[in-house]
Amino acid sequence: MGDLALAVVVLSGFVVALVAPTVTRHRHNAAGWLIALLPLALTLYFVAQLPRLARGEVLTFAAPWVAELGLAFSLRADGLGVLFALLISGIGTLIVIYAGGYLHGNPFLGRFYAWLLVFMASMLGVALADNLIVLFVFWELTSLSSYILIGFEHESASARAAALQAMLVTGAGGLAMLAGLLLLGQVSGSLELSALLTQGDALRASPLYPAALLLVLLGAFSKSAQFPFHFWLPNAMQAPTPVSAYLHSATMVKAGVYLLARLNPALGGTDLWLYAVGGIGAATMLLGGYLALTQTDLKRLLAYSTVSALGTLTMLIGLGTSLALKAMVVFVLAHALYKGALFLIAGAVDHATGTRDVTQLGGLARAMPITASAAVLAALAMAGVPPLFGFIAKELIYEVGLELGVWWISAIVASALFTVFIASTIALGVFFGQTRHTPKHAHEAPSSLWLGPVVLAGLSLLIGSAPELVSAILIAPTVAAISGKPVAVKLALWHGVTPALLLSLATVLVGIGLFFARDALRRLLAPLRWSGAEQTYALALDGLNALARGQTRVLQNGYLRRYLMTIVLATVGLTGAVLLNQPIWNQLSNLPWETIWQDARFYELGLAVLIVLATIAAVVSPSRLGAVAALGVVGYSISLIFLAFGAPDLAMTQFTIESLSVLLFVLVFYHLPRFTRLSTSRARVRDAVIAALAGGLMTLFVLLAVGVQFQPSISDYFLENALPLAHGRNVVNVILVDFRGLDTLGEITVLGIAALGAYALLKLRREKIE
Amino acid sequence: MNLWLILPIVIPLLTAVITTLMYPTLRAQRWVSLGGATALLVAALGLLNDVWHNGIQVTQMGNWRAPYGITLVADLFSALMVTLAGIIGFAVAVYSLTSIDAARVRFGYYPLYHFLLMGVCGAFITGDLFNLYVWFEVMLMASFVLLALGGERGQLEGAIKYVTLNLMSSALFLAAMGILYGLVGTLNMADLARKLSATAQPGLVVAVALLFLAAFGIKAAIFPLFFWLPASYHTPPVAVSAVFAGLLTKVGVYALIRVFTLIFIQDVAFTHTLILGLAGLTMITGVLGAVAQNEFRRVLSFHIVSQIGYMIMGLGLFTPLGLAAAVFYIAHHIIVKTNLFLISGVVERMSGTFELKKLGGLYRAQPGLAVLFLIPAMSLAGLPPLSGFFAKLGLIQAGLPLEQYVIIGVALGVSLLTLFSMLKIWNEAFWKPLDDRRPLTEDRRSSVALFIPIVLLALLTLLIGFGAGPIFALALRAGQELMQPTDYIRAVLGGP
Repeated sequence: MGDLALAVVVLSGFVVALVAPTVTRHRHNAAGWLIALLPLALTLYFVAQLPRLARGEVLTFAAPWVAELGLAFSLRADGLGVLFALLISGIGTLIVIYAGGYLHGNPFLGRFYAWLLVFMASMLGVALADNLIVLFVFWELTSLSSYILIGFEHESASARAAALQAMLVTGAGGLAMLAGLLLLGQVSGSLELSALLTQGDALRASPLYPAALLLVLLGAFSKSAQFPFHFWLPNAMQAPTPVSAYLHSATMVKAGVYLLARLNPALGGTDLWLYAVGGIGAATMLLGGYLALTQTDLKRLLAYSTVSALGTLTMLIGLGTSLALKAMVVFVLAHALYKGALFLIAGAVDHATGTRDVTQLGGLARAMPITASAAVLAALAMAGVPPLFGFIAKELIYEVGLELGVWWISAIVASALFTVFIASTIALGVFFGQTRHTPKHAHEAPSSLWLGPVVLAGLSLLIGSAPELVSAILIAPTVAAISGKPVAVKLALWHGVTPALLLSLATVLVGIGLFFARDALRRLLAPLRWSGAEQTYALALDGLNALARGQTRVLQNGYLRRYLMTIVLATVGLTGAVLLNQPIWNQLSNLPWETIWQDARFYELGLAVLIVLATIAAVVSPSRLGAVAALGVVGYSISLIFLAFGAPDLAMTQFTIESLSVLLFVLVFYHLPRFTRLSTSRARVRDAVIAALAGGLMTLFVLLAVGVQFQPSISDYFLENALPLAHGRNVVNVILVDFRGLDTLGEITVLGIAALGAYALLKLRREKIE
Repeated sequence: MNLWLILPIVIPLLTAVITTLMYPTLRAQRWVSLGGATALLVAALGLLNDVWHNGIQVTQMGNWRAPYGITLVADLFSALMVTLAGIIGFAVAVYSLTSIDAARVRFGYYPLYHFLLMGVCGAFITGDLFNLYVWFEVMLMASFVLLALGGERGQLEGAIKYVTLNLMSSALFLAAMGILYGLVGTLNMADLARKLSATAQPGLVVAVALLFLAAFGIKAAIFPLFFWLPASYHTPPVAVSAVFAGLLTKVGVYALIRVFTLIFIQDVAFTHTLILGLAGLTMITGVLGAVAQNEFRRVLSFHIVSQIGYMIMGLGLFTPLGLAAAVFYIAHHIIVKTNLFLISGVVERMSGTFELKKLGGLYRAQPGLAVLFLIPAMSLAGLPPLSGFFAKLGLIQAGLPLEQYVIIGVALGVSLLTLFSMLKIWNEAFWKPLDDRRPLTEDRRSSVALFIPIVLLALLTLLIGFGAGPIFALALRAGQELMQPTDYIRAVLGGP
């Protein structure tokens, strides 16, 4: 068991989600404030745990679930988990309040809250899961809630398409990740992270390591929008802004980053890790920043910048030096604070003006002073200007780059330039300069809309000015969890005049310069937009649909004769192949042919010839009546054979059935149109071959079965015991009504159903027609 | 004589006979049917309880000792299958109360429905190969008439294909049985197993086994034998589709698992690898078929095929865990798939169509129904923590130690495509705005009787997911029993 509170904390969101629609229905205006009490309480809970974590303690909880599959509901809260949990619950509080204002009056606000809370709880689960399958369970639940939330405006086709795209991309990655995680479990013998993380050496040495790693990476990369899966994230901006801020910037998209950080002690430190994680991260960092340059929609602009930031985080984990890991943790926090604020500001601007197009916006600071102040602070943090927390993060990242050499630092600086550009676009472009005419008359947002940005930007300022508030209590335990060993962390705003500082200064200046050349820059880059990954996705989707249609047209073609042909061919082919591999020819030649011929009576042979001839006649007959008559001959001949072998009752039964069938056929034919032959002679030859193959196979089987008798038959028992035990002289009858009476009950039932059916089918149709 | 073994056959038989005799009184038929279905469910639970506590249960019909008479036998797998039949029988009987029109009831809907259940239950608990054939015939005849009852054009076209291809299966089954009887001289499955365990010529037995594979494969709708299913399941009334979707193919799967764990284990490396290959192809062709469809029930029908692949994947892996996963999968699937069909019926009632293109607006108008759809739909796609996830997880966990990476990859990929096509339904029927010209039917005739079974089955889905622990433990015990046929043989034939 352990800390029950931990389980309560994770699961409480699901419970509150169930009542959220009711709460919202009854208290629409205050719903946001009421529901925010839950994430607020969770935040306080996690804050209260910080001292324990700083002492090196870990909270755990475990309950059994499916032991046979290595699945226990186990949770574990260490520094890394709690850092994410704090982001999830803390930002969640602000988002819930914000959504109450943003979606005020929306009749579906209740559903929105329900899914938002499902997401929050799931995300907490991801951050706090110890069992890998539990982690996966919550991981997929975040995908599902993200799907529903992206599609909140589901009457718009583009929102539906974006939701589907996000779900498919992250879903595919999730399944790959599941396979990878299970492989890891296979190698290490446990699916508990706490056990897995201690077996790093064994895991890295396993031949399954590369496969497992790459599969896990597919999951992490798709979730965290790394190249080449990055495209879903900007499209996900179809979601209402609180969702974009919360899921697609602050928390969910960091799940992949979280997983990489989490698994670093177990999987990190190899060349493959460095190149795959570090390389893809760097590529994403640059690509995201570059693609952001030409965006004019505030949210898409921020989304691409998020892609870039996620790339930076991934790169830092891939590099894996202790400095890089420290930088990564600091950047996670810094980014969540400023990017969350900026998204909320984008939403507030949209809410107030009716547009998010940066070319249509300007000079809003006068109308929206509170929002503008928050925006400036957040943008400064993003650009990495002291004394905001973003500055500390950027300095650290620069130091990492400088440590590694010219290529890395160049890439980092380039992406930082893009970041400064984006920050300027939002703060300077939207809030300062010339006032533009907007669809709605700009006004300050209500308190619910500015509270979030102000708190987040304020925190950026506070922590930036006093980093010791978090360094020992939050950052250090997190870095320790990622590195797998205790570390001391000291953060400071001022390091003296270092190369990093000089680079920072240059970046900010050049970045702002780029901003002032923005129109030229956009014109220049517009033709160079790259969307290859997204086109590949579209192509794959179309290809899938085409493949599905094609194969279904071929297989499920609607023709009964083709279905039959396929079934017969499959059966004959498979069985025949096996049979021909047996020493059947020996067996056949070993049959006592001599005695067989000698024992055969002339009328038996005669009947056999008659059956064969009648069968041929039935097939080639040009008239239906002729074919039925020929089939009748077959049937009567068989009943004669029964008679010849001493089974008069069977013969009588067969005789009756044959007579009735012929009679019925003739009656039915009266109502049918004239018989015409529609099949080509080629098709008939083909059918004949297939039929002959099937018939040949059966003949072969029967001959073999006659020749081989593994065990004495149970028939002798019936012969011996029919009279003494069952008191009947007719053995067949005794079998039917006594030994195997249940069969007869079943067969009677079949006949009864058939009678019922015939009556109903004839009568019910006629009634309808009349 | 163990009463629990006989009741699952006798109760539906009696119910069918009584409802036949009461044919002019529709109301009374409905209530007798409901009573019979309830009794069957209770009896099935009684059987499961008995087998769980007391091990494999055997009854020799007419007191003729095995292998000379007909043996009824229930191991955990059988008992679980009977229980599932009881659950579905009950759920659809409730659903039928208001969804089956008076004309169909007058012409024997209820007797046919219970005869069908009788056939299904009989197939699950018989220990005799020929008797299994008889139950197949009962099922086939009852299902054929149910399919065609009403005589609508689409129904008849589907029914013809259904009955022709299924008769092909019967013919193969009968022929294979005749050949096997010629070789071994017995029909009792335990006796067959014992006598074949030391056979001189396994190759010949394998060839016969493949005939059974084809015969049962048609029933189970595996690749490339599944054509009858997508050709017919979208044609009858929803209640009929739903009970078919839940139970019919699963009888084929049951028979496959039974004979390929008990009787035909001469050359596992060949036969079960073949089954594994067919499993993969069944998954892929089925799901692609579903992706290509634009009609609610047709999508669901192709998914049945695809999911059958997962079930026989467990058989193909041929380990206790693999079979446990297969058993778990069957249980999960029966409940989920029946429910999806039931929901499609409610959707049709509200919107007047099954065509995805014409559907829409249901999430806005019917959030409750939307959630009820999401539960089985996401479970089918394997989204955790719903039942389908644990079923798939079990299969993957079973495949990993065998290093069967290809089939694992297929299983994972197909579950993504399953998700894709479930989201297509969600997208089209629930999210997409409805064409203004044709609003949802205001007079929603949908009634309590339609929603009770849907809610019930959705709750069961949740239960199987969240309570996967005990249920998987049960499945694992069933899987271990299946991999230990000596216990079964001893229970039936006695002896050491």
